[in-house]
Amino acid sequence: MALELQSVSKNVDGETHISDVSVRCNPGEFNVLLGPTLAGKTSLLRLMAGLDEPSAGRIMMAGQDVTGLPVRKRDVAFVYQQFINYPGFSVFDNIASPLKIAKISKDEIAARVEKVADLLGLTPFLQRKPLELSGGQQQRVALGRALAREAELVLLDEPLANLDYKLREELRAELPKLFQNTGSMVVYATSEPEEALLLGGQVIVLHEGQVQQAGATLEVYNSPASLQAAMTFADPPLNVLPAIKSDAAEVKSLDGDLTLKVNGNASAVAEGAKCTVGFRPHQLGLARTSECEVELKGRVTLTEITGSESFIHVEAVGERWTALAHGIHAPEVGAEVSLFLDPETAFVFAGGAGNG
Amino acid sequence: MSKLRLTPVLYIVFLMVPIYWLLTMSLKTNAEILGGFSLWPKDPTLANFRTILTDASWYSGYINSTIYVVLNTIISITVALPAAYAFSRYRFLGDKHLFFWLLSNRMAPPAVFVLPFFQLYSSIGLFDTHIAVALAHCLFNVPLAVWILEGFMSGVPKEIDETAQIDGYSFPAFFTRIFMPLIASGIGVAAFFCFMFSWVELLIARTLTSVDAKPIAAVMTRTVSASGLDWGVLAAAGVLTIVPGAIVIWFVRNHIAKGFALGRV
Repeated sequence: MALELQSVSKNVDGETHISDVSVRCNPGEFNVLLGPTLAGKTSLLRLMAGLDEPSAGRIMMAGQDVTGLPVRKRDVAFVYQQFINYPGFSVFDNIASPLKIAKISKDEIAARVEKVADLLGLTPFLQRKPLELSGGQQQRVALGRALAREAELVLLDEPLANLDYKLREELRAELPKLFQNTGSMVVYATSEPEEALLLGGQVIVLHEGQVQQAGATLEVYNSPASLQAAMTFADPPLNVLPAIKSDAAEVKSLDGDLTLKVNGNASAVAEGAKCTVGFRPHQLGLARTSECEVELKGRVTLTEITGSESFIHVEAVGERWTALAHGIHAPEVGAEVSLFLDPETAFVFAGGAGNG
Repeated sequence: MSKLRLTPVLYIVFLMVPIYWLLTMSLKTNAEILGGFSLWPKDPTLANFRTILTDASWYSGYINSTIYVVLNTIISITVALPAAYAFSRYRFLGDKHLFFWLLSNRMAPPAVFVLPFFQLYSSIGLFDTHIAVALAHCLFNVPLAVWILEGFMSGVPKEIDETAQIDGYSFPAFFTRIFMPLIASGIGVAAFFCFMFSWVELLIARTLTSVDAKPIAAVMTRTVSASGLDWGVLAAAGVLTIVPGAIVIWFVRNHIAKGFALGRV
C-alpha cells in the first residue's frame, strides 16, 4: 500500500513550486518532510492528498495510478497548521464526521470516537463545540479526526507550529506512538530540524521544491548527501568554509591560511577542485577534546545561552561560525577565543559554497 | 440628566416624531386630523385599521407586496449563494471585473430600467404578475446579496471546504450541512436587505403592475378620491407598512452591522 510520487512537478502561475520530486513512503512509516518555509512542504502534501493535481508526473498508491483521483475518493486524512474543525459540530461529531460519511455503524463510530478521545484526553469535552476549547485541544480534535478515520495516508502539515511550547513537547512525544498502532503512512511536515530528529523515522529533506535527500532520519543527519541537505538539516546554521582540495587527504582554505586533514571525507572531490567544508556547531568547541583537533583563533560576535548550552557566534578565517559549549559560557563580545575542530568529522562537499 | 445622555435622547425624539405623528393620525378621525393641532388622539378609534383589513382593495395590496417580496428574496438568495461561493473560492477569467460590475448595477437609478422592463414584460405577458416584480427587483438585490454573502463566505477558511472533501462529503452535502450553517447570519442579513429593498421600492413595482399584483405602496398613492384624501386610512396603511420591516429587522438585529460591512468585520 505504498505511496509513490514519480517525478512530480507543480507549477502555479509560471512559478515552480515542486520540481521533479520522486519519493516513496511505505506503510507504517513515519516520514518527516523537512524544509524551510517556502520549500514547498505544503504544496507537496497537497499533491499527496489529491487536493491539487500535479503539472507533471504520476502519483501511485498501492501500485495504482491515483494522479487525477478526486480527494473525496481517496483514503487520506489531513491536519493543518491552523486548527481546522467544523465550528458548528460538537467535538464528538467532528471526530465522527468522516466515519458517518463512510456509513459505518453507529456503535462502531461511538466506540472508535471514544477510543480516540481517550487517547487524546478529549473525553470530557466531547459535547462541546471546538471553539470553546483551547488551541491545543482544538488541534487534538483535528488529530482525532485523522486518527479515528484510520486512513491509509495521514498528512500532517506543521500541526504543532501554532501551539505553545509545553503542548508541543507533549504532543510531539505522543504523535509517533498514536499513529504507530494504526498502520497508517504518516507524512509530517516541519520546518524545524530539531523536530525531525525528535520524531525519528524517515526524513525527506526539501529545498526550493526539490528533494535534497531522503532516508532514515539519523542517517541523513549524520551523512548529508549535499551541502544544501546539510544546511537545511541544521539548526543552528551549519558552519561552512569554502576551500580547495590541495592533497588527497587535505583541503586548504581559499586564502591558504588553514589546512585541514580531512582524510577520506573528501574522496568525492577531485584534487585541486573547489569544495566546501561544513561542520555543525557541536563539532566546533572551545576546549580541546582530542589530539587530532585543529586550533583556530576567532573573535566573538554574539553569545546565546540556552541554560545547559551556550552558542558562541564567532568570526574566524573570515567566516561567521557558531560554536557550542556545554554549560554557561559568556565570553565578551570582541574577545579572542580558541576554537577546536576535528577535521575528520567535517563534511566535504564538491563545489563552491551556496549562498545560504 | 447629563448633557452626554441628553444628546442621544434628543436625536431619538427627533427621529421618532414623524413615526409618532403617523401613529396618532392613524388613530384619529379625519375630522380631528383636519380640525386642528392635537398632540394625541382625543377620541382614539381603530376604524381606519378596520377599513384596511376588511376592504379587499386595501388588503390585497399587502398580500401582493408580500408575495413578490418573498418571491424576490427566495430567488435572490438562491441565485446569490452559488455565485458568492464562486467569487469567494475560485479564480476565473474576469472575476474581479464581474464582481465590480455586479455592484455597479446598484448605482443606476431604477427609473433607468423602468422603460425596458415595462416593454419587455408587456410583450412576453408577464405584465401585472407577482413574478414580474420579483424578477425586476433581482436586478438590484442579487448583486447586493452576492456582495454580502461573498464577504461572509470569505470569512470561512478554505481549509474547512478541503477538510470536508477529505472526509468524503459530496459538494451538495458539504454546502448544505456544513457551509450554510457557518454563514447562516450572512444569509439572514442578505435576505433582510433583499426584503427591505423590495418592500420599499415603488417605481418599478408600480409600473409593472396594474390590478392583480398592485403593491401596497401603489395603493396608497392612488387613494385620492373625489372627496379628497382619506387621511386616517392612509396613516393606518403607513403604520401597517412599517410593521413587516420592523419584524424582520428584529430577527437580524445582532448581525446587521456585520452585514453593512459586507461580512468583513
